[in-house]
Amino acid sequence: MHRIGVFVCWCGSNIAATVDVKKVAETLGKEPGVAFAMDYQYMCSEGGQGAIRSAIKDHALTGIVVAACSPRMHEPTFRKAAAAAGLNPFMVEVANIREQCSWIHRNKQDATEKAIILGRTAIAKVMLNTPLTAGESRVVKRALVIGGGIAGIQTALDVADAGFKVDIVERKPTIGGKMAQLDKTFPTLDCAACILTPKMVEAAQHENITIHTYSEVESVSGFVGDFKVKIRKKARCVDEVACTGCGDCMAKCPAKKAKSEFDQGLRNRSAIYIPFAQAIPNVPVIDRENCIKFQTGKCGVCEKICPSKAVHYDQEDTILEESYGAIVVATGFDTVSPEPYGEFRYEEYPDVITSLEFERLCNAAGPTGGHLVRPSDHKEPKRIVFVQCVGSRGSGECEKTYCSKICCMYTAKHAMLVREKYPDSEVYVFYIDVRTPGKAFDEFQRRAIEQYNVHYIKGMVGQVEKKGDMLLIQASDLLHDKQLHIEADMVVLATAVEPEKGARNLATMLTASMDTNDFFTEAHPKLRPVESPTAGVYLSGLCQGPKDIPETVAQAGAAASKVIGLLVKDKLITNPCIASPAEPMCNGCGLCENVCPYGAITYEVKEVHREGKRLSTRVAQVNEAVCQGCGACTVTCPSGVMDLWGFSTRQILAEVDAICR
Amino acid sequence: MGMREKIIDRAKALLADGTVVGVWGWKRGEMPGDRVPAFFETAEELDNDFVYDCFCAANVSRYLNGRKAADGRVLALLKPCDTYSLNQMLGENRLEREAVYVLGIPTGDMLDPEKVRRAGICGLKDAKQRGAEFVFDTADGEKVLPRDAVALEKCIACKSNTHRIQDELLVDIKDQGESPVRFKQVEELEAMAPAERFAFWQKELSRCIRCNACRNICPVCSCVKCVFDNPANPVSGKANSETFEEKMFHIIRAFHVAGRCTDCGECSRACPQGIPLHLLNRKFIKDINRAYGPFAAGTDDFGMTPLTEFTETDPEPSEVVASGGGQ
Repeated sequence: MHRIGVFVCWCGSNIAATVDVKKVAETLGKEPGVAFAMDYQYMCSEGGQGAIRSAIKDHALTGIVVAACSPRMHEPTFRKAAAAAGLNPFMVEVANIREQCSWIHRNKQDATEKAIILGRTAIAKVMLNTPLTAGESRVVKRALVIGGGIAGIQTALDVADAGFKVDIVERKPTIGGKMAQLDKTFPTLDCAACILTPKMVEAAQHENITIHTYSEVESVSGFVGDFKVKIRKKARCVDEVACTGCGDCMAKCPAKKAKSEFDQGLRNRSAIYIPFAQAIPNVPVIDRENCIKFQTGKCGVCEKICPSKAVHYDQEDTILEESYGAIVVATGFDTVSPEPYGEFRYEEYPDVITSLEFERLCNAAGPTGGHLVRPSDHKEPKRIVFVQCVGSRGSGECEKTYCSKICCMYTAKHAMLVREKYPDSEVYVFYIDVRTPGKAFDEFQRRAIEQYNVHYIKGMVGQVEKKGDMLLIQASDLLHDKQLHIEADMVVLATAVEPEKGARNLATMLTASMDTNDFFTEAHPKLRPVESPTAGVYLSGLCQGPKDIPETVAQAGAAASKVIGLLVKDKLITNPCIASPAEPMCNGCGLCENVCPYGAITYEVKEVHREGKRLSTRVAQVNEAVCQGCGACTVTCPSGVMDLWGFSTRQILAEVDAICR
Repeated sequence: MGMREKIIDRAKALLADGTVVGVWGWKRGEMPGDRVPAFFETAEELDNDFVYDCFCAANVSRYLNGRKAADGRVLALLKPCDTYSLNQMLGENRLEREAVYVLGIPTGDMLDPEKVRRAGICGLKDAKQRGAEFVFDTADGEKVLPRDAVALEKCIACKSNTHRIQDELLVDIKDQGESPVRFKQVEELEAMAPAERFAFWQKELSRCIRCNACRNICPVCSCVKCVFDNPANPVSGKANSETFEEKMFHIIRAFHVAGRCTDCGECSRACPQGIPLHLLNRKFIKDINRAYGPFAAGTDDFGMTPLTEFTETDPEPSEVVASGGGQ
């Protein structure tokens, strides 16, 4: 006979303000099979958990329902409390009367009624629960970091220092990411290369780190502790081991008209190239689109000239297969193209550039050796207009609704660098708001105004036109309510950041969720900021949201600590709520095998008893260690043979019945 | 030599050389125009009873369900549309490929005996297609009726005239392509207001007598035990508690075959109450085509369908809802 206990949580006023918790407890207490019901201010507190433990013992409860917050929040807590009192933890059901009730309703009467229905539903389900026992699964002591920018490098270093093997997969031919392209970094103005390149070297030389550049994640299967990942190592056409990085091939390559991605197209490079001098690995790659050998079949200069015989045109992509206990996403960002914002005429005028292009023009290792000149005529600009929030904080179709967070600071940096290096120049910054929270940030931006006399004007640029060899900027000054016409040599657009384009595909492979802007979402925005909702998948850097270098490095370290916390475990407790087929009635159709995202289902020819007959037939088999209990197979099975422990079709229909009663 | 004789010749040869142990084809039923699937094991049976004419609409693929090579290979006479069903069954491992020898046979439009009766044809002896018309030889002499008035709906809405699986083709066939009116009836339903559409289905489905003919004839309703017959499965109980259970039954059935239905039209053809059940399935086909790109279940024997396969180009649920699924 069922003896169910019902525990209704107030969650302070979170639930109690909108739901009459006493009435809920009283009503549910009268449900058939319910032996005990109570309400309490914080069910998850020690007091609440203690009450649960005592009630289970005192009233010999066979199952409990906790009407509280989402099971994602405290189901494990209540399961532990039940287990401590000797009740199987899978005899616990949570009725979510907070997120799905009190938080979304205003009318107390309606919310109370709904809370009662949700409680009744959980009671109907718990009556059909069966005690389950969790199994164990292994933890592969190796982590995968996807992305080799500062976020990925830092996470990899921290995990590797703790003694675990780490593989970095980077799509580009070198690690380093966006930070490698930057000149100085705010607010201390230390040079990006000086602080980044040593870390790149450290990662490359670390005995626990393996770097796969020019590689992409092809597929991911498995689950926390035991992910199986296929990595496509794209053909560089250069043998990474044999190459000494002498650079002869690049010097002699006759195809020199390709745009350098690293220099934002401001410089040309050869078809066989190393993105920049400090690249890791220091091994060139052949860009087949621009290579004469690949396009016409004639040439082959690099192969002939290479003293180490490292050039191989027939090299093919290779697929690596590796198991990982944890995966860290550090895919970073890109900046949006200013093309949709036609008022700036970015496509038309070479002297309208983006901030990232500006970084390259200031950089001592950049295309101009750090000498700031206009791209059109290589003259030093005398008057520069910076425009903030290009593509950020907008409501238009091509605009991002969010603040890109880093532009106020780097624009202040750019303005000061210009004024410092070229004291006779004049600098304007157009802004919507200046946002500089952060250690020593506001002081930094104020220095631009107060010490460097940068003209900060609240307002937006309406139009850029050509006037002789100058740019005519029409803009509004909102504080003085007037229209401005400024003749300038150069316009610099602080374009919005956006997540790396390929990240969505990756999110799909990882079953990690993303928000509407394609930033990865956290397991909890405050309490679990570096974990994705998918167990074993962690987030590092800008893939999760706009952030600057210090924040990225902090988050990278936090993600690493989570990875280390996982990898030190020898075994993980598995979820016993897994699929199981009623073998004799299985059609052997294979639909479940097709939909299983974990590859947990296979087919076997087995002898079964089917309606009084003994026969040999093809039936589905579930690998219990691999099944994650997602339920895709149970809804696909046309004959309802596949069922899920803890979420059986009978249980779910009993819940539906309870709702509709 | 007529098509019937050609088929018999070839079937006899395959029986004689031991390639097959029997033949799935058609013989005459009780009423004029009735043709029922039949299994022939000897040359004599073929000569006496085998028939192939414009009433042989039945899809014999369904009768191969569960067949194993060890039981002996059988000859299946399949029209182009029937081959989709066999492929889908093969993809779902419902029979062994070596258990069947497929002879692809040509087909014209098939007649709908119900339409023929309603058109006032009595004393039917024979019928032949002549272009866009049918010529009926009756006790009252010759009668001619336009094809659209008497042909089966599944032929008017023909999906393809190409065999998708065969061991041998009896004659070469030129594919006419998909009928331009294939989705016309579905579009008419889509154009209805929700209340009007609900009333349409309420009226149609209320005629259902739950004889299960639609399920039993369906080549993809081939479960060892149907959920509706399985007391251990709570679904049947739910169907019974609906205000009228037939609605629940047909909707669940349509969902079960979604993405797998080969649009063979047998459900509607077999329905003694004349309910246009194929429209539920064809609406799913149209929606799947729109959401995932053109797809015809049974084009190959891989058993993959857009609903059981994930690709990166799959639409997001929100896109499907926005495109009308939410109505």
